[in-house]
Amino acid sequence: MLGRFPQEIIDAAGSRQTQAGMTRRSFLKVTSLAGAGFVIGFTPFKSALRAAPAGDTSAMQGFGPFIRIGSDNTVTVLCKHLDKGQGVTTGLPTIVAEELDAAWSQMRAEFAPANAELYKNLVFGVQGTGGSTAIANSWMQLRKAGASARAMLCEAAAQRWKVPIDAVQVTDGVVSHSASGRQASFGELAADAAAIKPPREPKVKDPKAFRLIGTKLPRLDSPAKTSGTAQFTIDVVRPRMLVAVVAHPPKFGSRVASFDAAEAKKIAGVREVVEIPRGVAVLADGYWSATRGRDALKIKWDHSQAETRGSNALMAHYKQLAQKPAAALARADGDVEAALPKAAKVLEAEFEFPYLAHATMEPMNSVVELSPDRCEIWTGSQLQTVDQMVAAAITGLKPEQVIIHTHFAGGSFGRRAVPDSDYIAEAVMIAKTINGRAPVKLQWSREDDMRGGRYRPLTFHRLRGGLDEAGNMIAWDQRIVTQSIAVKTQFESAMVKDGVDHTSVEGASNLPYAIPNLRVDVQTPEVGVPVLWWRSVGNTHTAFANEVFMDELAHAAGQDPVEFRRRLLKGRPRHLGVLNLAAEKAGWGEQKPGKGRGRGVALHESFHSFVAQIADVTIDNDGKVKVERVVCAVDCGIAVNPDVIRAQMEGGIGYGLSAALREAVQLVNGEVQTTNFDRYQPLRIPEMPKIEVYIVSSSEAPTGVGEPGVPPIAPAVVNSIFAATGKRFRSLPLARHGLV
Amino acid sequence: MSIRFSVNGKPVEVDADPSKPLLWVLREDLGLTGTKFGCGIAQCGACTVHNNGTAIRSCIMPVNTVEGASITTIEGGKGQAFEAVQKAWRELDVVQCGYCQSGQIMSASALLATNAKPSDKDIDNAMQGNLCRCATYVRIRAAIHRAAELMEA
Repeated sequence: MLGRFPQEIIDAAGSRQTQAGMTRRSFLKVTSLAGAGFVIGFTPFKSALRAAPAGDTSAMQGFGPFIRIGSDNTVTVLCKHLDKGQGVTTGLPTIVAEELDAAWSQMRAEFAPANAELYKNLVFGVQGTGGSTAIANSWMQLRKAGASARAMLCEAAAQRWKVPIDAVQVTDGVVSHSASGRQASFGELAADAAAIKPPREPKVKDPKAFRLIGTKLPRLDSPAKTSGTAQFTIDVVRPRMLVAVVAHPPKFGSRVASFDAAEAKKIAGVREVVEIPRGVAVLADGYWSATRGRDALKIKWDHSQAETRGSNALMAHYKQLAQKPAAALARADGDVEAALPKAAKVLEAEFEFPYLAHATMEPMNSVVELSPDRCEIWTGSQLQTVDQMVAAAITGLKPEQVIIHTHFAGGSFGRRAVPDSDYIAEAVMIAKTINGRAPVKLQWSREDDMRGGRYRPLTFHRLRGGLDEAGNMIAWDQRIVTQSIAVKTQFESAMVKDGVDHTSVEGASNLPYAIPNLRVDVQTPEVGVPVLWWRSVGNTHTAFANEVFMDELAHAAGQDPVEFRRRLLKGRPRHLGVLNLAAEKAGWGEQKPGKGRGRGVALHESFHSFVAQIADVTIDNDGKVKVERVVCAVDCGIAVNPDVIRAQMEGGIGYGLSAALREAVQLVNGEVQTTNFDRYQPLRIPEMPKIEVYIVSSSEAPTGVGEPGVPPIAPAVVNSIFAATGKRFRSLPLARHGLV
Repeated sequence: MSIRFSVNGKPVEVDADPSKPLLWVLREDLGLTGTKFGCGIAQCGACTVHNNGTAIRSCIMPVNTVEGASITTIEGGKGQAFEAVQKAWRELDVVQCGYCQSGQIMSASALLATNAKPSDKDIDNAMQGNLCRCATYVRIRAAIHRAAELMEA
């Protein structure tokens, strides 16, 4: 049965860190960019990915690929990015509305089709969302698109009214000519305007004239998401659709040896049971029947290729590796080996980080309808171009025959940007195995999702720091042991340079503090547990190790932690800006530590945004920690939607705090133990601190906010616990130390 | 097996496996997809609906146990508390990914229907069964207080 799949897909199905369908590895040329998760250069596809425009556009007029104006006076922005909560379906329309001088009430958002030629991420080179790039890469593109459409509307009005174009104005979605008192709505002008040639160089506004950017605008997705009508993948229904669940191997790398489906087929509603390279799929009329069918399967697994180590064994192995020389060098300034023996004080510290699951609220899913010349996919697609390629490789179709309908995603945090499109590939494999007889909705259970791998890598850091007699930092030596996210993916050739995966060291290799002798190196063990970018990627561990260690060094130097950092940040105005703002707003220096109360600070740059956070904690009589208040200062350039930025800082703090307190994917003998929310316990409302967010006023181009709120919270909390108790906790989660 | 109950004020009769959870009956048999699947073991609250006004987790509720019950989902939410919650949620732009928010809104409106002026502690107790991975908790709390204000007005 499996002979019909390309061999590399069957090989990849073991879910080691291998990639299904990437036979054309050369199609993606990946280049790393310091500080931005990943960058993909797209080479030979050009016209291959054309797709039909989304939706019914019969009454809509196109103004380039991003803007449609309807006769009903609505302006629809085709969003090339997935909205998985970060607010791009508000942010992208804001940029267009600003340049168009539209009224906010007439703005609408729609997901763009998969078409890399039109909708590529200008940072990646392919269509996709991630690395907190949505607003940053769209900024000038959508400003020009909006300005261009505005010019076309003005030209249409000028022609209709036979007046000079310079005398035509646009205010709140109304085009007018003040001398004659004539006016028209966008909807009235749309048909004429769409026929006008767009200006070659549309003139964008002087930012001083912005009237929507920088203000609070209601999110466009709030009404649908508060009435149960927002369409997620789980809500997609196709005629004759079957729901599929898959029995996956209990260990990463195991395969089906044999199976008996006789009992499963007796369950009412079960229609088919088929083997695919990733396990055994049960197709039924609905999810409940499919699940009951799966429970009735008898499967023998072949564990000969499986990863059988557990989390503890892996961490022990990583600690041994950290002692070995010949790690790959990520940064070397001065001479650490010569400087450390001369230091008056040398501090050493070891940091441990567990595997983390994204644990999105919507477990992974996708809907696939396969016909001989077309593969239609409904899903929260985060890397549309890659998903098209993978589906094409599995089905034998061309990428342009793969149509993707992007839906709202019930969270991602990086989980839906998968180099081998794992859960989409699985649905396509099932559809192919049944020869497209019915549309297939693949739905993972929570347990499938938690056991599905693609975790934030288990990681170990060893740091040494040297201070001179005056308490100045003279040396910093950092060794990181972590699995590579990019190795053995199509991203490897460009993301891994001289043995260093950028995502393993980001946030450490660009340490902003002025230290004359500085070394960062990395050991990259091979482990059969699939790993992936998890909201803020390498910064999840580098920020923690660095900012906790900085706190330790400040105390060893007898200096105030904020002052200690300030002295090392000369020539870093944006780092200093957020540090100073947070310190001022939190009332740093006024705190009275000890007696169960503490205040701690952390500062980190990621994705070209700068964030400082100051956490206040209390420790109760049982030694349990409560984070009471977090003051957050962020510099992300021009604040397009300040309220969305605040929301992302709040959410990032909650996400990071959740991991700091209790999250850990625990593997025993290669099997995931933390399979549902009873054992993998995210943050709940009683644990959420009060949060104050302050945004630095800036005229720089906008940068990301989806991820940069995450990295500083865990070190800020651990530093505040030290202030309260004098105890330093260097391994996460804090529940391991009885603090939760 | 035929099971009768009411959903959003309308009587329904479904022919289903009696052990099938109410969640999947609502979503698959009745086409009410606003109620979400998150964990299947009553740990996340994405599936929260009202049973005679009380918030319940529909993912662990076998459909035969709701025979004769009056079920309300996000699609059929009405009344002062629900409307105030929905309005406050929009005013404060609580949502991010939005997937858990039907459940959050159903839990919050059940709270406000019986406690028009909840304290932070009351909110903790009523809402701690509803996970939000986007961690919109700051705004959920603020929106519940805001909804209480709206109900007073």
